[in-house]
Amino acid sequence: MTTPEPVLNSFRNQPDDRGHFGQFGGRYVAETLMPLVLDLEREYRAAKQDPAFQAQFDDLLEHYVGRPSPLYHAERLTAECRKDAPEGKGAQIWFKRDELNHTGAHKINNCIGQILLAIRMGKTRIIAETGAGQHGVATATVCARFGLPCFIYMGAKDIERQQPNVFRMRLLGAEVIPVTSGAGTLKDAMNEGLRDWVANVHDTFYIIGTAAGPHPYPELVRDFQSVIGTEARAQMLARTGRLPDLLVAAIGGGSNAIGLFYPFLDDKDVAMLGIEAAGHGLDKEHAASLAGGRPGILHGNKTYLLQDEDGQIAEAHSISAGLDYPGIGPEHSWLKEIGRVRYDSVTDKEALDAFQLLCRTEGIIPALEPSHAIAAVAREAVKMDKDAIILANLCGRGDKDIFTVAEALGVNI
Amino acid sequence: MTRLSNAFPANHPALVTFITAGDGDTAANLDALVAGGADVIELGMPFTDPMADGPAIQKANIRSLEAGTTTADIFAIATAFRTRHPDVPLVLMGYANPMTIRGADWFASECNKAGVDGVICVDIPPEEDAELGPTLRNAGIDLIRLATPTTDTARLPAVLDGASGFLYYVSVAGITGLQQAAQTSIDEAVARLKAYTDLPVAVGFGVRTPEQAANIARVADGVVVGSALVELVAEHGINAAGPIRDYVASLKAAIQSARS
Repeated sequence: MTTPEPVLNSFRNQPDDRGHFGQFGGRYVAETLMPLVLDLEREYRAAKQDPAFQAQFDDLLEHYVGRPSPLYHAERLTAECRKDAPEGKGAQIWFKRDELNHTGAHKINNCIGQILLAIRMGKTRIIAETGAGQHGVATATVCARFGLPCFIYMGAKDIERQQPNVFRMRLLGAEVIPVTSGAGTLKDAMNEGLRDWVANVHDTFYIIGTAAGPHPYPELVRDFQSVIGTEARAQMLARTGRLPDLLVAAIGGGSNAIGLFYPFLDDKDVAMLGIEAAGHGLDKEHAASLAGGRPGILHGNKTYLLQDEDGQIAEAHSISAGLDYPGIGPEHSWLKEIGRVRYDSVTDKEALDAFQLLCRTEGIIPALEPSHAIAAVAREAVKMDKDAIILANLCGRGDKDIFTVAEALGVNI
Repeated sequence: MTRLSNAFPANHPALVTFITAGDGDTAANLDALVAGGADVIELGMPFTDPMADGPAIQKANIRSLEAGTTTADIFAIATAFRTRHPDVPLVLMGYANPMTIRGADWFASECNKAGVDGVICVDIPPEEDAELGPTLRNAGIDLIRLATPTTDTARLPAVLDGASGFLYYVSVAGITGLQQAAQTSIDEAVARLKAYTDLPVAVGFGVRTPEQAANIARVADGVVVGSALVELVAEHGINAAGPIRDYVASLKAAIQSARS
């Protein structure tokens, strides 16, 4: 691989040794969890240095997940976008196809890494939270693969709207525990996951699904997901002889985005755009923590949060259950503040349009999460020169979303 | 001596009681705690995401926030309490975000104005002390630290560094109000903690009956009761003061008899 080594003044040398990305990140957890979080950090440092750990991770990614995922030049989508572009404009659109992974999304990359850590630490019971159910399915999958009991916390409201994934998790042998506190969505599931963990620290490993939570989770999830950007960088160089001009990825907690961005952070000519979910609109209900929130402390880290003036956390809204969270990974908060990555948002309606656009032009049914990225790609492509390259992360496939999309389009299936 | 350090005289274990601010008739309930004999009052600051709390206190948080409780309301409750009870130590307990959202300086200043003696913040461990600790200590407000069954001897000095007021021993690895710790494990833990600190050690989590309270009071400097009180508010609504006073009096009698 040709990923550059971290250098001085690098954007790739965060977090510091206390888990801080600038003012963000950290370890804001109850004392009961603190010794375990420190343990996890020690174990992760050791694993990172252990060639056997890396070899097992790489082997599972290749033969179980199906990596490397293809890099795909979306020529029909490119042509479609050029129809609306001024003369000479209309960038080439390329996709990193992580929707082709086993279980249908990028989530599995991280779950493989974390379950190997859990086994290394001698933990015998796995818990996780899930929103849309993608992380729950990925966690249940690796638990089945390694024969560990699996308990998934899922908001009661999400269970209702994601029945196929609930059934998948149960088929894989996981116990899905409905969470009725709060609004019964992802943030409440995460609270309940933390409550379980605090009561079962002796034998339980918490597989957090996004690049958030107490240090070292944001770092280790980023590292496991960086396989996306590392592969994409090498593939792009091999195919086109150069780096892309713009990277685009959707952001809920931000694990697929940081996975794509991180290996490119020190390539100064590569611009990056993270897309938050604007839901019904930024002046209405949405899930865009960077656009509509401010820094605060929740779920173990300091980061941008949707909250009121007293610091009470707001409910997020997005048509995509995977983006429906009032926070964001701390590294994104830092990358926003230092200006290395630009962040923007896309509404439910724009995402739905982009979902259909990709289906028709490329024969790919994307998940609603990357549909947000695709909407932004279409928006950006018309502003960029024809020889420019946009690379977007197609982080999940849309099979899970067809019921939601049908309902939004007023179709009865 | 401060109000808080005065609350733990040698050989007189203190009763530390918790209720959630803005849940039911908080002023009446606070008066009932004092009337029943509570030595230290913990006033819970409601939060939307109380991830270290069990169902009883979670529901109290939701009731309070649904009733519209703001941070300004909580400081108003504290201020009025201080006027009515000049000598009873008052501690605010809650989560980091509502405490830090307007900055540590603002929070410490409001605590001072309201006559708050100490602060317990569930999700600011010693590693993140800079968030709130130095500002509170400069303002003369005690930062009360938590030790748990997972806090081993190697880690204890970090927990005690910067701690004041008292040390809160969370006797179970878990959330509030559910399991109870075995008395032998509490005895051992308190003995271990007291070997490392001169701070009073108060023990909480899962304490419900006068008998349990008395057993803990035989070894610890204080007994913390929370969920059982919050459940009385859930049961009796705005008429909880009477039941609270009677229940606290029963705990107090048991604790007083523990070392006689």
